Amino acid sequence: MSSDQLQGYKKTLNSPYTGIKGWIDSRLPLIRMMEAEYLKFPVPKSLNYFWSFGGIAMFCLIGLILTGIFLGFHYKPSAEDAFDSVERIMRDVSFGWLIRYLHANLVSFFFIATFIHIFRALYFGSYKAPRELVYIFGLTMFMLMMATAFLGYTLPWGQMSYWGATVITNLFSAIPVVGDAILQLLLGDFTVGDSAVNRFYVLHWLLAFAIVGLVVFHVITLHMTGSNNPTGSEPQSWDETVSFHPYVTIKDLNAALFFFIIMAFILFYYPNILGHSDNYIKANPMITPAHIVPEWYFLPFYAILRAIPDKLGGVIAMFSSILALGLLPWLDTSKVRSCLFRPIWRYCVLLFAVNFLVLMYVGGKPAEDIYVLISRIGTAYWFLFIFVLAPLVGFLETPRQPLTITNYLQSKKA
Amino acid sequence: MLHLTNKIYKDLNQMSDSRKPRRDFIKLSAMTLGGVGAASLLIPFISSMNPGKDTLALASTEIDLSPLEEGQSLTVIWRGKPVFIKHRTKSEIDIAKNTSLDELPDAEEDSARVQKDNWLVVLGVCTHLGCVPLGQKASDTKGDYGGWFCPCHGSHYDTSGRIRKGPAPTNLPVPPYVFLTDNRIKIG
Repeated sequence: MSSDQLQGYKKTLNSPYTGIKGWIDSRLPLIRMMEAEYLKFPVPKSLNYFWSFGGIAMFCLIGLILTGIFLGFHYKPSAEDAFDSVERIMRDVSFGWLIRYLHANLVSFFFIATFIHIFRALYFGSYKAPRELVYIFGLTMFMLMMATAFLGYTLPWGQMSYWGATVITNLFSAIPVVGDAILQLLLGDFTVGDSAVNRFYVLHWLLAFAIVGLVVFHVITLHMTGSNNPTGSEPQSWDETVSFHPYVTIKDLNAALFFFIIMAFILFYYPNILGHSDNYIKANPMITPAHIVPEWYFLPFYAILRAIPDKLGGVIAMFSSILALGLLPWLDTSKVRSCLFRPIWRYCVLLFAVNFLVLMYVGGKPAEDIYVLISRIGTAYWFLFIFVLAPLVGFLETPRQPLTITNYLQSKKA
Repeated sequence: MLHLTNKIYKDLNQMSDSRKPRRDFIKLSAMTLGGVGAASLLIPFISSMNPGKDTLALASTEIDLSPLEEGQSLTVIWRGKPVFIKHRTKSEIDIAKNTSLDELPDAEEDSARVQKDNWLVVLGVCTHLGCVPLGQKASDTKGDYGGWFCPCHGSHYDTSGRIRKGPAPTNLPVPPYVFLTDNRIKIG
């Protein structure tokens, strides 16, 4: 590298600002980055409200961490104290009920936002090149979310916490030969007990912050490619974009406002509707509740687990249902991104969403004849969608020519 | 829809300065409302860090004084801190009463520190840096003034719990208490 080149490289480090702002920015270029990546960042003009759910999910995450910190001030992670300390938060701690109900309900709404966010990615082809990594970081976060939510649900140490933890950790015992040894290693005991709740608490925190770290990667990869949009066409000029601020910030805040009004309604009028009353009974290792159900957001995956009549097979099917979604960018052979221009795939994706809700429904029902049958059909469609329909429909269907962003907006106006 | 709002914004930007303050008003009032909302959201969070109702329920302690002979002391726990209760002897009372205020770094009459002359109730926490002074047990050193002696940095307290020598700035504080009967007090 010649000294001229070196000089040129160093010059780019000089801040565009002056004064204190410039002094900081030339040493720590965060201000410059924030301006480029958030204030002036170009975003396609044609985004609809589906694009607000990423931001909403981020608000949920911030809320969860904030409420989690304040709950952590009062919670005691031991089999002896956990249940009582949660009851103390509910009864004795000033506004403890509000903070705990916020934490519990924000999780549910975090999942609602995330489900919609993932559906958006599938329907408008956001997973396709060049955004494969954005999508894969997203799915990774989704899996960590599920792990974190599961760990968090065990912490109140009620009956559902305890037996949910028992059932889920026993998934590891499905591993051939070493399963039981691994389970003991993970629990630090022969059953879920004092040492498990201590570990679960530590891991609950750790994974929450791992998600925060992945958000950074999710956003960096997104900002390399820019946002997708309903047309799936890339913006061809600055005219087809708007700046992130104020257009997207205001729009996302508006969407978040409505979203959190709905959450507030549940929070203040039906705070326990998304939970299970059995979790207000202290954990009893001698008595299993008559009907164990996981939290509602796990139900589709629970249905897949139960659909397979083999212990190991069920566990593999459940985990691979999400892992397989990560292959979609390469299994989908179509050149067109958005379902707006894909007559057949569009219905495949919509059916996938309906199927997800059906699986959620049967996952909450007892594992009896008709429900098992439905969950098997649903599981079959899940994998058919990824491994057969994605490659095949890409070949067979004749997509329409995607509109440019300008033409799309004109056609909507007309 | 968005292209319309886009146009509105573009037009607004091109408007003459005379129209701009109207947008500033909206901006300012929105930011103020948002700020007030965020600040009020903080209230429950900050409030949750206060002692809980169960902790506050333990905030008063009742003590039976009858087993305490003259010259003996008792240490009780009130709000997690030690409280010294001293059944003072005649001579201890006299010393405390006859001390000239000029000798006291933190001048205070003995009568202002007791409700009944023979019972002294003070918080057993040195006002220097929070250690628990010696002097409760018969075998303890009681310092140069016959009250308490803090082993951490050498503060001497007299028989009224007043600071006499050493780094502590103020007298041992008197907690709020009432005599329920002649032999029973409630602290807190």
